[in-house]
Amino acid sequence: MSSARALVARELTLALRAGSGAALGLAFFLIVVMLIPFGVGPSTGTLRLVAPGVLWIAALLATLLSLDRMVAQDAEDGTLDILAMSPMPLEGLMALKIFAHWLTTGLPLVIIAPVLGLTLNLAPSAYLWLVISLAIGTPALSALGGIGACLTVGVRRGGLLLSILVLPLFIPTLIFGAQTVARASQGFDPTAAVLLLAATTLLSLAAAPFAAAAALRVHLS
Amino acid sequence: MTLIADTVSLKRGGQTLIADLSFACDPGKALILRGPNGVGKSTLLRALCGFVPLESGSVRLGDVSLEDQDLWLSQIAYAGHLDALKPQLTVRENVTFWAGLFGGRAEDAIEAFNLGEIANRPVFTCSAGQKRRTGLARLALSKDRPLWLLDEPTVSLDTATVARVAAFLRGHLAAGGYALIATHIDLGLQADVVELERAERSIANEEDPFLSEGFA
Repeated sequence: MSSARALVARELTLALRAGSGAALGLAFFLIVVMLIPFGVGPSTGTLRLVAPGVLWIAALLATLLSLDRMVAQDAEDGTLDILAMSPMPLEGLMALKIFAHWLTTGLPLVIIAPVLGLTLNLAPSAYLWLVISLAIGTPALSALGGIGACLTVGVRRGGLLLSILVLPLFIPTLIFGAQTVARASQGFDPTAAVLLLAATTLLSLAAAPFAAAAALRVHLS
Repeated sequence: MTLIADTVSLKRGGQTLIADLSFACDPGKALILRGPNGVGKSTLLRALCGFVPLESGSVRLGDVSLEDQDLWLSQIAYAGHLDALKPQLTVRENVTFWAGLFGGRAEDAIEAFNLGEIANRPVFTCSAGQKRRTGLARLALSKDRPLWLLDEPTVSLDTATVARVAAFLRGHLAAGGYALIATHIDLGLQADVVELERAERSIANEEDPFLSEGFA
């Protein structure tokens, strides 16, 4: 237990300290969403229509941006070798890393999203579901991203490969997440979409630590 | 309990690097790996960490085989070329993290490697020697792991620190530990030497008079 706490504490400290990733994803999310009204025009009707999709796509890309930090830096400075020798199994290590990644990347997006919903004239009925869908969906992004990060850990500047690998896996989460918000904003019941979103997340969370650890083992040996 | 490597062969990039290397190491004695650059000392050490698969042969430490990956990894401590430090964190934060993961007290490790005066400095402000010292401090947290694999542990260390590291290694060996060390300098340890040679290689496994007379 103390080793788990040490690992999460270190991941959080590293993410929050200057020159690290947490602020980058959040800033990217803010910038993309703020730019949309300039791009598609200030018509409130149009903005309301595109708001659910834009918020979800921006959240997805912001997560993608921060993924290569999850394990690549540990691999570069030799930390990964030593982590592999620690008493903690690689599956546990990746589960904790995914959790820490979500805390520093996904959670801030969930919190800031309602404010950005305002700038996109999101329908009042959709705010609650925006927060719920992001809270349920972003852990899947971190988990699936963890698999991609581990698969590309040996590739120098593997960002492009990482994106190509991970984006298809993100699609179900994007569809169900954006649909949850869209249906809520149109006044429909979003339950079905949110349940499918939750199912996607549960599947990702269950599989990711094992898939990611398997990829790390290949990299290490 | 003896560390035994039996006809170990290793390949790197499709080329045979080490062929049919055998050696044995008793507790309390270090095994020094020697040989020209690129001969495969680091690769051998990484193979003994389980990071590079053996082409053939076997390695055992007592009852534990290199094949039982998880059990094997719990027996070894490795200090490679990279110090496994996070530049943004201070020396103490780095050591504390490893202490949280491996057990042991961070303050003991800081004291054992004389890191007190730089403990609160971020690692990116430290010199190469100070980083190496911090990286080696992890060994002080791995006292319950019998087999230490050290890859050029004394690179960029000053003479006083080299002596300190050597004394620390002697303590580990005296407690019945094992150490495989790739190094070109004399650490003054009770040691056998394995000479690695390029291509068609031969194996020497004899007492090195230079080492055993050492400065200890």
